[in-house]
Amino acid sequence: MKNDVLRILVVGVGGQGVVFASKVIGEAIMNTGQNVIMSEVHGMAQRGGVVTCHVCIGDTYSPMIGDGQADLILSFEPIEAFRAIQKAHPETVIITNKAMFIPVSVNISDVKYPDLDDVIGAIEEVNDHLTVLNATKIAIEVGSHVMANAVMLGALAGTGKLPIETDEFKKYILSEVPPKTVDLNSKAFERGLAVTAPD
Amino acid sequence: MHEILTNEVGKKLFLLGNEAIVRGSLEAGLDVAAAYPGTPSSEIGNTFERVGKDFGLYFEYSTNEKVAIEVVAAASACGLRSMTFMKHVGLNVAADAYMTIAYTGVRGGLVIITADDPSCHSSQNEQDNRYYAMLANIPMLEPSSPEEAKEMTRIAFDLSEELELPIILRTTTRINHMRGPVILGELGEPQDKGFFEKDPGRFITIPVHARKRHAILLQQMKKAAEISEKSSFNKVFELGGDEIGIITSGAGFNYVIDFMREQDIKGKVLKLGMTRPIPSEMCLKFMQGVKKVVVVEELEPYLEEQLRSIVQRQGLDTEICGKDTGHFSKLYEYTPDTIKQGMSKVLGTDAPDRKLEPKHIPLPDRPPSLCPGCPHRHTYYAVKKALGDKFKEAIFSTDIGCYTLGIQPPLQTADFLLCMGSSVGAAGGFSKATDQPVLAFLGDSTFFHSGIHGLVNAVYNKHKFVYTILDNRTTAMTGHQPNPGTGRSGSGEPTIEVSIEDIVFGCGPDFVRIVDPNDLAVTTKAYEDALAHDGIAVIIARRPCILLEVREKRRTGTLTQYKVNRETCKECRICIDTLGCPAIFENKDGKIDIHEAICLGCGYCVQVCPFNAIEPVEESS
Repeated sequence: MKNDVLRILVVGVGGQGVVFASKVIGEAIMNTGQNVIMSEVHGMAQRGGVVTCHVCIGDTYSPMIGDGQADLILSFEPIEAFRAIQKAHPETVIITNKAMFIPVSVNISDVKYPDLDDVIGAIEEVNDHLTVLNATKIAIEVGSHVMANAVMLGALAGTGKLPIETDEFKKYILSEVPPKTVDLNSKAFERGLAVTAPD
Repeated sequence: MHEILTNEVGKKLFLLGNEAIVRGSLEAGLDVAAAYPGTPSSEIGNTFERVGKDFGLYFEYSTNEKVAIEVVAAASACGLRSMTFMKHVGLNVAADAYMTIAYTGVRGGLVIITADDPSCHSSQNEQDNRYYAMLANIPMLEPSSPEEAKEMTRIAFDLSEELELPIILRTTTRINHMRGPVILGELGEPQDKGFFEKDPGRFITIPVHARKRHAILLQQMKKAAEISEKSSFNKVFELGGDEIGIITSGAGFNYVIDFMREQDIKGKVLKLGMTRPIPSEMCLKFMQGVKKVVVVEELEPYLEEQLRSIVQRQGLDTEICGKDTGHFSKLYEYTPDTIKQGMSKVLGTDAPDRKLEPKHIPLPDRPPSLCPGCPHRHTYYAVKKALGDKFKEAIFSTDIGCYTLGIQPPLQTADFLLCMGSSVGAAGGFSKATDQPVLAFLGDSTFFHSGIHGLVNAVYNKHKFVYTILDNRTTAMTGHQPNPGTGRSGSGEPTIEVSIEDIVFGCGPDFVRIVDPNDLAVTTKAYEDALAHDGIAVIIARRPCILLEVREKRRTGTLTQYKVNRETCKECRICIDTLGCPAIFENKDGKIDIHEAICLGCGYCVQVCPFNAIEPVEESS
């Protein structure tokens, strides 16, 4: 029964578009006739807070992912991938954006933003399926830092783990973004796809 | 047209639980909805704001939950289908009217949605409002998914009319904010107007009538119990055995059925969707048919205690595992992990775990904080400046809204909070109980909700404190809903802008000052005068929410950001250590910097910097 269910955890920081990306993933897959349920974060998750969305696909009732249950983790910020690591298992495919979003709390507390190589190293010690990409940098190259979202979704599609054809997934994403940004989103998606897709 | 108005029977939409509730009410042909915004129910109102008028129903944001429930009770008495929705603590506010609506009963279907918040994601407590259904003795439905939320809402109106009783639909945050496929049924047709047929023996609840109505309520609840026995919302899932029988409701069902199926545990699951009155016969039969019963429900042992009482009445020796036996917690919302732990205790086994355990690296938190440029921060900054050395002994009686976030360092301007409107009532108590400086803070929407009677009390009883109304022209925390001060109604129509100062003047305090919190000098002077005033001093700190202001500035291309001048900055850190704007930070080189992706261009830091080292970013292409 376990194989029938695919669980995707999407994490990031308020304002990065985590909820939008998760909804697009869920809705695109639901439209192919599969069951999808997801949990969103609302309310106190304001600008700068941690945002976590759980997307569960297949024969399942639970909208939340338990420890060690995530099959894919899509992280928009590197330390957020590490914060979510207890949701992963050894085979979980983890994709994280490398661009840092420094929390305000480091200004006034003793806990500093950790060394990025330490964080990535710590994940790699327990999981062999980590991809680190600078989605924000790629997005700026494409035309706008806002496109980081589409880069990340492209990278997710590139893993080949989603139960939807990449073309169909991309088409759905482009139907959900503002019409003026379709071309940029399309380019950004392809750049992300190229990072994770096998040659 | 909003997708929620799609009239395509059988089409599947990917809806939030809150949107599904709205859809269910539209399929029932809802006529009147009224509410005060409160998370986790806020998106219900947001959706009505968008679609109510097009659908042809009447929707209003009422000043508080008590007013809202009175509005819908009257509409229902006129034969219209009516609904109110609130966060769990909102029902405390509405409770006075709520308890007696159970006696008058209803004509048009009346549905009351209570959105509970286990884990206090955005609330001051995690009370279990299923006990409100028990307290008033009215029927209750509890969905586990958006699809079920839609269906239960739709059917709740029929049930309400059949029983002539209001129906509670009780959700939890996880259901309100869960998204899933919802299959559309046919949209209903709202009626234009109802008619109130007088019936004093029912609607005038003087003692002689109320006594009779209570007896009728008990009779109707007997009928409800028969309905519950047959309700399709109460159903058994057979998992190939009778070793273990789970009785569950709401969000708990989702985790426990997944656990049972994934671990391949033979047993049965009784999912209760109608949880007031519970189907006693059905539960009895279920419990007799299994070797061991496990009750899985978030928060209080609401079902468990009723099930234990059934077992006791029948003289059975059924073993029931739940909260009483220490298998499950009364604390916080459940997750797949808490269910796994609880069930492992019940089964005496250890479910395999694949979770990773990397080395420990301490991570900085990302606590919610006031937005960059938030006018509340500026008010607090001026207050602290005016207080000077007296800041430490001053008592900050705060309230429910964004401004509670003043609790965070470096401001730390929040000391006491109970509920909506408590800032002003409690400030009166502090002012009588101590000689410390006392300051109350609440927002414009909260003032209209429950801040006025506290002001009247303070004037009447000669309290001495400073009462600040942080008027940011919106209900910001729950997502920028309009309120009586904004000049815009729940359906987006222009309306009379109720004047906060006119209300304040009418209450009779002899010190009232209106300030722009972005003006540091004027605001500081106002607080110095207010603190020296012998009596109640009211300050209205008026400035629109920065998010509204920025939206407008971006639209008109007039947003100017700020930067630090390297030559004049002395790195005194006053901006970081006393203002705490999220846009200002110490960069890798130990220099003070302003983050261009975060700065919203309020320019307040310019007034804070003693060395004039902050300046506007020159316009570039």
